[in-house]
Amino acid sequence: VVPLSLSRLRPASQAVAVSSVNPLPKQVKIVEVGPRDGLQNEKLTVPTEVKLQFIDMLSETGLPVIEATSFVSPKWIPQMADQAEVTQGIRKRPGVVYPVLAPNLKGFQAAVKAGADEVAIFSTVSELFAMKNANCSVEESLQRAEEVTRAAKAAGVRVRGYVSCVLGCPYEGHVSPDKVAQMAKHIYAMGCYEISLGDTIGVGTPGSMRAMLDAVSKEVPVDRLAVHCHDTYGQALANILVALQMGVSVVDSSVAGLGGCPYAPGASGNVATEDLVYMLHGLGIHTGVDLQKVMDAGAFICRFLNRRTSSKVAQASCRL
Amino acid sequence: MGNVPAALKHCLSYEQLTRDYPWLAAWLQREKVRGAFIFPADSRNAITDLPKFVKIVEVGPRDGLQNEKEIVPTDVKIQFIDLLSKTGLPAIEATSFVSSKWVPQMADHTDVLQGIHRAPQVKYPVLTPNLRGFRTAIAAGATEVAVFGSASETFSRKNINCSIEESMQRFEEVVRAAKELQIPVRGYVSCVLGCPYEGDIEPSKVTKVVKTLYGMGCYEISLGDTIGVGTPGSMARLLDSVKKEVPMSTLAVHCHDTYGQALANILVALQMGVSVVDSSVAGLGGCPYAKGASGNVSTEDVLYMLHGLGVETGVDLSKVMEAGDFICKALNRKTNSKVAQAKCRL
Repeated sequence: VVPLSLSRLRPASQAVAVSSVNPLPKQVKIVEVGPRDGLQNEKLTVPTEVKLQFIDMLSETGLPVIEATSFVSPKWIPQMADQAEVTQGIRKRPGVVYPVLAPNLKGFQAAVKAGADEVAIFSTVSELFAMKNANCSVEESLQRAEEVTRAAKAAGVRVRGYVSCVLGCPYEGHVSPDKVAQMAKHIYAMGCYEISLGDTIGVGTPGSMRAMLDAVSKEVPVDRLAVHCHDTYGQALANILVALQMGVSVVDSSVAGLGGCPYAPGASGNVATEDLVYMLHGLGIHTGVDLQKVMDAGAFICRFLNRRTSSKVAQASCRL
Repeated sequence: MGNVPAALKHCLSYEQLTRDYPWLAAWLQREKVRGAFIFPADSRNAITDLPKFVKIVEVGPRDGLQNEKEIVPTDVKIQFIDLLSKTGLPAIEATSFVSSKWVPQMADHTDVLQGIHRAPQVKYPVLTPNLRGFRTAIAAGATEVAVFGSASETFSRKNINCSIEESMQRFEEVVRAAKELQIPVRGYVSCVLGCPYEGDIEPSKVTKVVKTLYGMGCYEISLGDTIGVGTPGSMARLLDSVKKEVPMSTLAVHCHDTYGQALANILVALQMGVSVVDSSVAGLGGCPYAKGASGNVSTEDVLYMLHGLGVETGVDLSKVMEAGDFICKALNRKTNSKVAQAKCRL
């Protein structure tokens, strides 16, 4: 007998309806990038203890992966200067993975020393973007990535690979899906266990997402792919939906939609974890994540940053 | 969390419920396997196998302004609509012939309708909640009207002060009068994916109202996710039910972005064959049921998605952004459109 209060709970079965080829994934792994990608793009520098509290709150939500920090030179990214303290200070919840960015061998070594057991490397298909973002050519950035993956293999550390600008570059404009596919193939072959495809400036639409994934999935198995969508043009959830319809089951997001877009001041950046979870649960897809607890973590960090949340779900819920 | 709409509660408490009732998780899993249904398509093209052309119905001047606190002077409204008339938008909902007691923003309905420069090929529907409003609209020169029904009894009573049955009787009078004058009537159904009072709404309830409006003679029925709680899942379920009773070509979707789901919901609707989408320039019009939350989906963001998908709309995005810019300045508020926000500082 279903209790009366549950009688309105819709069976998940009827929700999994919108795929054209395969059913939608039954489960989606959410990679929370708020503490790294999110905070990195916030103007206010957050003290270490607040970062730790923030990550500890996220650890209680059921999120399976939380990107904790970045071992990049503090000269470039002052927000991440406390990388070692954060890595060492968080209360790691069993079953949760805490990857950190390692842009080069030096950063990797510092990360491992601080206790990191998973790292991430960044690549891009756009020469101009590589130059402006990492001060080197695409070739050089791949060499650095190769050093990291080699060292990681030797140390038994897993590596996640990012490809940025997959649906458009702020400098070069249109990006060819085949170029993205070749880059994804390259870093997958290097040893990355998962490739996160980033629509860095959020210009993608379900059309360009579909074309890009079509090309990439020919080179990398779809279950190794993740999408990292920015909501700068409001397209993120629609783009993610199409990715799910094409078999992708790993999605990056940032609590409260933290992190503006550095290429379009005033515009939004990362898709909000709360809005993503709302959609996935509405589709009957299991995430293991407690939406209320994510909203609590979002409220906490927004209060500290003295800014309004970018999550629509949080905005809708907050004054009720 | 405070007073959460029932429609949201089930989403928030999913984890809690499966913790409290361990049998529930297993039951849901079984249901999922038995019930999961797959689109009958045989190629990936179905994902982006969309209508070649989508008609956008711009509701900013009516639904948008109606929900803005600031009362907009008549000449500003007229200028706003005139700007929209130059964008290529095929339909612009101009005003509402409702009693000004209820909706003061629409008190100048006659002046607005008579003051705008009507572009040829553009339709200017107006709301007519009853026969009296209809007659006033016709006297003011209206050439198309719309009626508003609800899938939720409670919402109907609270919003238009009568039952669904009674509202259908009123609309029947309007449609009959409109038929005599060969005036097309568009039907709206609100709360199709959730009600602020009743929570979840059964698709069959919506289908019943849609069928009634269609049978009466409405040429198009716009399905409104009034509080924006819908997701692609509930949208697909709804359309699956409705399409059994009325042709897909008569349906439009009117999605609110209160929970950020609008574009994903619209995408699914398009994938299922819907080719008419309502939207509001600059995302005008908050949600009266969730203070501070957003409401209508932004026309700019919809256009961006459609054009990116290769779907024709006939609409010039930059001209829509100009109209959005104009009205936001007049309202002294920031746009809700992400496309407009992204482009404004470049």
